[in-house]
Amino acid sequence: MAANGPAQTHGLRPGMPLAQAMALAPDAVVAPHDPDTDRRLLDVLAERCGLYSPWTATEGACGLWLDVAGCGHLFGGETDLLDQLSGKLKSLGLTNRAALAPTPGAAWAWARFGDPAAPILEEMDQLAPLPLAALRLSPRMVGDLAALGLRRIGELLDLPRPQVSLRFGRDVLWRLDQALGVEPEPISSIRPVAPHRVHMAFVEPMSRVEDIAEALRRLLAELCNRLIQDGLGARRLDFTLFRVDGTLCRVEIGTGAPSHDPGHLFRLFRDRLADIRPGFGIEAVRLDAVATQAQTAEQSDLDGPAGGGDLPHLLDSLSNRLGPRRLMRLLPHPSHIPERCVRRRPPGAPTTVGEWPAGRYPIRLLAHPDPIDAMAPIPDAPPLRFRWQGRLHQVVRADGPERIAPEWWHEDAEERDYYRVEDTQGLRFWLYRQGHYGQPEPPRWYLHGVFP
Amino acid sequence: MPSPALARLRRRIAALEGVGGDGHGPVMPLGLPGFEGIGTGALHEISPAALACDHDGAALGFSAALLGGLVRLMGKPALWLAEGGLPHAPALAGFGLGPERLVVGIAGQPKANLWALEEAARSPALAAVLGEVRGMDFTAARRLHLAARGSGVTVLLLNRAAAAIAPAQTRWRVNGLAGADDRWRLGLLRCRGRSPDERGVVGEWEVEWDGTARRLGLVASTGHRPAVPDAARVA
Repeated sequence: MAANGPAQTHGLRPGMPLAQAMALAPDAVVAPHDPDTDRRLLDVLAERCGLYSPWTATEGACGLWLDVAGCGHLFGGETDLLDQLSGKLKSLGLTNRAALAPTPGAAWAWARFGDPAAPILEEMDQLAPLPLAALRLSPRMVGDLAALGLRRIGELLDLPRPQVSLRFGRDVLWRLDQALGVEPEPISSIRPVAPHRVHMAFVEPMSRVEDIAEALRRLLAELCNRLIQDGLGARRLDFTLFRVDGTLCRVEIGTGAPSHDPGHLFRLFRDRLADIRPGFGIEAVRLDAVATQAQTAEQSDLDGPAGGGDLPHLLDSLSNRLGPRRLMRLLPHPSHIPERCVRRRPPGAPTTVGEWPAGRYPIRLLAHPDPIDAMAPIPDAPPLRFRWQGRLHQVVRADGPERIAPEWWHEDAEERDYYRVEDTQGLRFWLYRQGHYGQPEPPRWYLHGVFP
Repeated sequence: MPSPALARLRRRIAALEGVGGDGHGPVMPLGLPGFEGIGTGALHEISPAALACDHDGAALGFSAALLGGLVRLMGKPALWLAEGGLPHAPALAGFGLGPERLVVGIAGQPKANLWALEEAARSPALAAVLGEVRGMDFTAARRLHLAARGSGVTVLLLNRAAAAIAPAQTRWRVNGLAGADDRWRLGLLRCRGRSPDERGVVGEWEVEWDGTARRLGLVASTGHRPAVPDAARVA
């Protein structure tokens, strides 16, 4: 059994049998433990805390990590950030304690055992009086250490390091080093955080597009330098703008091939900058290389202006401007069903190019075959005339039928008999009939495409 | 009979205006008697006889034929910015526009489309760009024309509006022609430096697309009807 704050004032304690608790406080509300729902709530909270920092993660069953490095100024300082964060959680009905420290380990300790009146840990020395449980050691280890007379972090610090390691195992020293920042502690954020990230805060909030563009230009120059050093090119970049009122907006661009050319990347952003609404002003901006890829010397040749090799650049510009999945190459797909024989692929140079089987194809295939009224003189003959979109077409030339059977795994689909017909105007159409004459259900005619 | 001096002057004016095939980039001949060819690095307009999107098979075919020819002439890929449904890729391949030579875009907002057309027209990486549009104001078309001139990219506009696009170097009307597949009646409604006859056309031809040789051929029975004598052509 667990017990919240008000319950504990009635003498209830975590771990107490339920019967005993009900005897002590008959009015207590009892809810069954639902770890899955708790987990989901914690995940939602972690997302929500993205307002305070782009880097958030959950910790254990009831903790949240936030890396707020460089975020404090957005909220009027780190104290205000903690106040706002804590107040927000409280307004959601969640008891919480927040602390800020230079390392995750120290923050963990300070949030649970530190001084709630001073939630920011300024000096590592302040950890010394805290109990050893603050080091995230197992209860058993804490008990063992207590049996040896060690109760506080400071006492552990006073011991020679080799002796600690030797007597209590590597874990104790490891947790101590994590708290002190000697040992790095990698924690993964719920949102992937780009290893290549640059940011810039402004003294005065800005709202002019030109100023934002200039800031972006500088960030790109810095980011690209770092990418070049690492032999990488960007595939996706997020440009995040932090507004004065604590909200943010984001512009994302993608490239077809890795690039570390600041000029090219800036052009991809340029036309999107006009869409930014600065609100009361932009206080800080951040640029993340969300996806990167090794960029070989050969690929970087594409960046050069020579040889008309700037097709990848053009495709990037067009893709970003027209919107996702609006620019493509149309590749053969092995299907004899007309509407399935084309596959849409990203516009970069196709790696595999097959061929469509020889034959006559309509130049325009309707996305949905259009039902038409058709007059056929005898079964299995092309229609003499048909009406489509309110216009009557007199057929003067016809070819067919070509039977296209459905793919066998589409059990209820019917076969189609296709005809190529030409009307008196020289318009050429692709019609098909579904069903047969002489059946209870009359056959249906459709127009599926137009020929050149 | 125009004097040599006048011809020189005409060439200079044409060069200033960026029209004609006079040393401004190669010309793609179409094999049409009385018509020199499609000037590259310029704007050309194709107008379907029926403006409705689904009836324009002939205009789409002629557009694909021109685009495929330009890809072959320049040895570079092309862009097709489609509106109202994509062209059917297997048919495009028959015009020399396989996936390795053609990038297809789906038109979005009009503003973004104009931007995309201009961006493509500016890029020497392309041989040509085809845009399906519904009219275009003079300023936008002029910008597109200048972009094409600067880069050598040929811009084809398949225009589904009745109003002509002013700065186009040529304007074609395409009708289907009955009797055989891939047969069209081409009407050259406008050609810089040439004046239309009393019927409003500069030239009219009945053509057939030869999918094997990948070129246009005249339909044998009809022949051609050049509206202007050869001597008056722009040199």
